[in-house]
Amino acid sequence: MSGNSTAIYAAPGLSFEAEEHHDHDHAGKALSGFWLFMMSDLIIFGLFFATYATMLTPMSYAGGPTPKDLFELPGAAMETAALLTSTLTFGFASLAVKYDMGRGKVLGWLAVTLALGMVFLGLEIREFVHMFAIGAVPERSGFLSSFFGLVPLHGAHVTAGSIWLIIMMIQIARKGVDETAKSRLARLALFWHFLDIIWIGIFSVVYLGGIA
Amino acid sequence: MSSAPKTSMTKEEAAAAYSHDIKGYLTGFVLAVVLTVIPFGMVAMGGFGFGTVIGTIAVLGLIQMVVHVKYFLHVDFSADQREYLHLMLFSLLLLFIMAAGTIWILVNLQGRMMGM
Amino acid sequence: MTQEFWKMVLGRLNFESLDFLKAFYDPTLNEVILTGAAWAVLAGGALGVAVLTYFRLWGPMWRKYLVSVDHKRIGIMYIVLAFLMLARGVIEGVVMRAQQADGLGGGFLSADHYAQLFSTHGTIMIFFFAMPFLTGLINIVVPLQIGARDVSFPMLNSVSLGLTVSGAMLIMISLVLGKFSTGGWTAYPPYTESTFQPGVGPDYWIWSLMLAGVGSTLTGINFVVTILKERAPGMTLMKMPMFTWTALCTSILMVFALPPLTVAAGMLAYDRYLGFHFFTNALGGNMMNFANLLWLFGHPEVYILILPAFGVYSEIVATYSGKRLYGYGSLVVATMVIAILSFTVWLHHFFTMGQDANVNAAFGIATMLIGVPTGVKVYDWMATMYRGRVRFSVPMVYMVAFMMLFVIGGLTGIILANPSIDFQVHNTLFLVAHFHNMLIPGLLFGMLAGYTYWFPKVFGFRLNDKWGYVSAYCWITGFVLVFFPLYIVGLMGMTRRTVAYTNPAYEPWMIVSGIGGLVVTVALATLVLQLYVSIRDREYTRDIGGDPWDARTLEWATPSPIPAYNFAVIPHIHAREAFAVAKEAGMGYQEPKKYSDIHLPGDTYMGVIMAVFGTGFGFGMIWYMWWLAIVCFAVMAVAFVGRALRGDRAAVIIPAAQVEAEHRAWLERVRKLAPITREHEQDGTNYGVAAPDQGAAA
Repeated sequence: MSGNSTAIYAAPGLSFEAEEHHDHDHAGKALSGFWLFMMSDLIIFGLFFATYATMLTPMSYAGGPTPKDLFELPGAAMETAALLTSTLTFGFASLAVKYDMGRGKVLGWLAVTLALGMVFLGLEIREFVHMFAIGAVPERSGFLSSFFGLVPLHGAHVTAGSIWLIIMMIQIARKGVDETAKSRLARLALFWHFLDIIWIGIFSVVYLGGIA
Repeated sequence: MSSAPKTSMTKEEAAAAYSHDIKGYLTGFVLAVVLTVIPFGMVAMGGFGFGTVIGTIAVLGLIQMVVHVKYFLHVDFSADQREYLHLMLFSLLLLFIMAAGTIWILVNLQGRMMGM
Repeated sequence: MTQEFWKMVLGRLNFESLDFLKAFYDPTLNEVILTGAAWAVLAGGALGVAVLTYFRLWGPMWRKYLVSVDHKRIGIMYIVLAFLMLARGVIEGVVMRAQQADGLGGGFLSADHYAQLFSTHGTIMIFFFAMPFLTGLINIVVPLQIGARDVSFPMLNSVSLGLTVSGAMLIMISLVLGKFSTGGWTAYPPYTESTFQPGVGPDYWIWSLMLAGVGSTLTGINFVVTILKERAPGMTLMKMPMFTWTALCTSILMVFALPPLTVAAGMLAYDRYLGFHFFTNALGGNMMNFANLLWLFGHPEVYILILPAFGVYSEIVATYSGKRLYGYGSLVVATMVIAILSFTVWLHHFFTMGQDANVNAAFGIATMLIGVPTGVKVYDWMATMYRGRVRFSVPMVYMVAFMMLFVIGGLTGIILANPSIDFQVHNTLFLVAHFHNMLIPGLLFGMLAGYTYWFPKVFGFRLNDKWGYVSAYCWITGFVLVFFPLYIVGLMGMTRRTVAYTNPAYEPWMIVSGIGGLVVTVALATLVLQLYVSIRDREYTRDIGGDPWDARTLEWATPSPIPAYNFAVIPHIHAREAFAVAKEAGMGYQEPKKYSDIHLPGDTYMGVIMAVFGTGFGFGMIWYMWWLAIVCFAVMAVAFVGRALRGDRAAVIIPAAQVEAEHRAWLERVRKLAPITREHEQDGTNYGVAAPDQGAAA
């Protein structure tokens, strides 16, 4: 079969070596898998954004409130400040893990992050309550439906991230910063920073774009 | 992401690496704050043309996303991050096709229905 | 008080929902069929329980399958699910053909019942036959082809299966309780909004697709990571078998194409449950966005379905031609190009919605472009067969039929890609004929070919060839008889999804199509018969050596049935089609230098939990039994978090000595068996060791 012995078809095809092939990089695989999940999630957010953008028409306002009537800068600015700071404090928590600065520091920074996340959620809920009070409910118009499709979806992600943070804090408090905790914190950090990037899109498109 | 520091590192090296890392996060944070404050300020002050404001918001928003990716997600052109960079660029390509396509199609349809 | 209590407990469920009693009030043929279907589901379930109890199989099924994370077992469960759903889907299709054969001015089904049939038929065939089947094949084959012990995330794999099963369960329940959607498998609003369909139908659609969709997304993530990270040493990307390449591209498509479906179904759920206005007529809803979102998913989905079948064909054509695969590089590139282009053509599903000619032209051109890489593939397969010593085994019969029929289907696709022609035939049976012409040869034949091809690897004996041929020829002729007439009546103007017609010119074609339906029924029956005969005669078709077809890729270098750990020692790969090259060098069966302990992932209950409580959650949402939905969701969440806190179950360790003993024993058996030439491939002498093929042309 000399015709087949190109480099790609080199004999003997397969062989057994003395050393077994062992691949224990579970953290690396989990991180890759999580990246894929986030990119899948990114598409979901992107389509809610696109839907929102197409709903910024008089037809979809359906005679109801428009972005200019609803959104206020101070609220959006405070929410942004809370989330932006939380992404920095999570960074400090990651560094505390990376440089083995002890369980206390890690837990401390995670607690600060969680608190900021809670502040963000509180502000967001306050905004929704206010909107409901003035009749800006999702049943009112297509535009409001798309708003309540997009922004609370991000809020739900922050809520899930916060629950995950609490679970991680319990785990670290009980078992310390072991390899499992490190691997999971790396993924949670990714998630948290990712949600912040989505929020950049929301304050730019929904709030600033709506008020401008 | 933040991989564990090599065990062979001396104390000084570790300290240097730590201050380098913390500088990275702080740089990212400062840039993010600046890039947030400018568009918020423009909208708050008012008086700019609609197109200028929207353009600025869009451009600064995109720059800020890149800042977050680089300084917080640590995705850059280095070899160990290349896999994630490729994945992200691929995802962004698909996202662009889907989102831009959606807007293109639906705006076109709306325009042809009743000129809205 | 009590009435309110029961309303809270049972939600919308009431006496009227019980489909299996309907014929007793209103014994028309239509109702009898409806009720009969409900009883068939109940009887089938009861029969399953009875068989499992009588043969005392509950324990083994639980231990060996339900809690297993072994990728082969999970794959088998996927394929069993797919076959069950195929049976229902085919029967529904045949009933529809019968209705239309009799449909001049009436027929025996009500319009509503017919609408339910085409809605469930489409939903089942896409989501609960095609997706589970290809996922099952990928599960079984990919880890073997890349030389891995399991997938990257075995527990997640079980979860994916559980979610898919829960979606399928909901679809089956819809036969017994309540009415399924009458809005087609695409479920376009506003017709599927609560204004027009206030019942449970579209909710069945939404929740079964949501659950199965999440399962598929997770499968996609799992296999992208598996293929990129678990390959045996030396197996570079360009040494991967073609099926693995197509599995990789399909997995990537699953990760990125399922989200639009989740978004579309989710928004429809918002509309139906919370009164939102994403797609409603009133208050600024935009139903055109649903078509847009659905096809953003739907078109890549077509390639999710078809790429694995292309992979199967690539493996089969090389094996049964006794030649290496022609144009490997071009096949890889074509697969990747198809994967990307599949995201750029979705608008061709709604050319007639009203956007201007420029938009239509852009998507029409993109659609024609995607035909190019597909054409490249067909030429590569033909060139692989060229001057090969082709054996027309059962998979090869499917393959050749596929190549001819698929090209015809592809040509009608190019016709439809022209928007101005599409305006003429849109929403006619021409379109129905076209996509069945793509999916039956392109998907069903591929899956059945793969089933025949890999069956001995998994179970250790070959499928019966005689009944395999009968089934294959019945599928092929049945398909041609059913669908080619639809092209003609489509061009004559017969619209799709209509229960009856008044133009007598359609009737002869409809009768031909109905006869084709009978042939397809025979094909399905012979498939069952083939399995029965194969199991009965398994002693005569034993595959011991593990290589009954003189095949080329790594999975055939293992014993059949394949042990739980796949490879006694993970081989180092030096060549594309590594096993074929090794066999040519006379080194197909080497003795490993050293054995080590093997760690396998432990069992998990997560899959079962997802299947049971996922079904409960969906059922609760569909019937407004909020308590049930909340409880089931909580159980799933707690199970997930609890599992995360507890960590993985302990791995199963198989000691090196045991592996060595098993592997040595197998090598010994292989040495004792007489290698057979290809002339005896279908004989009782084929014990799975191939003689070197002296006449093979390089």
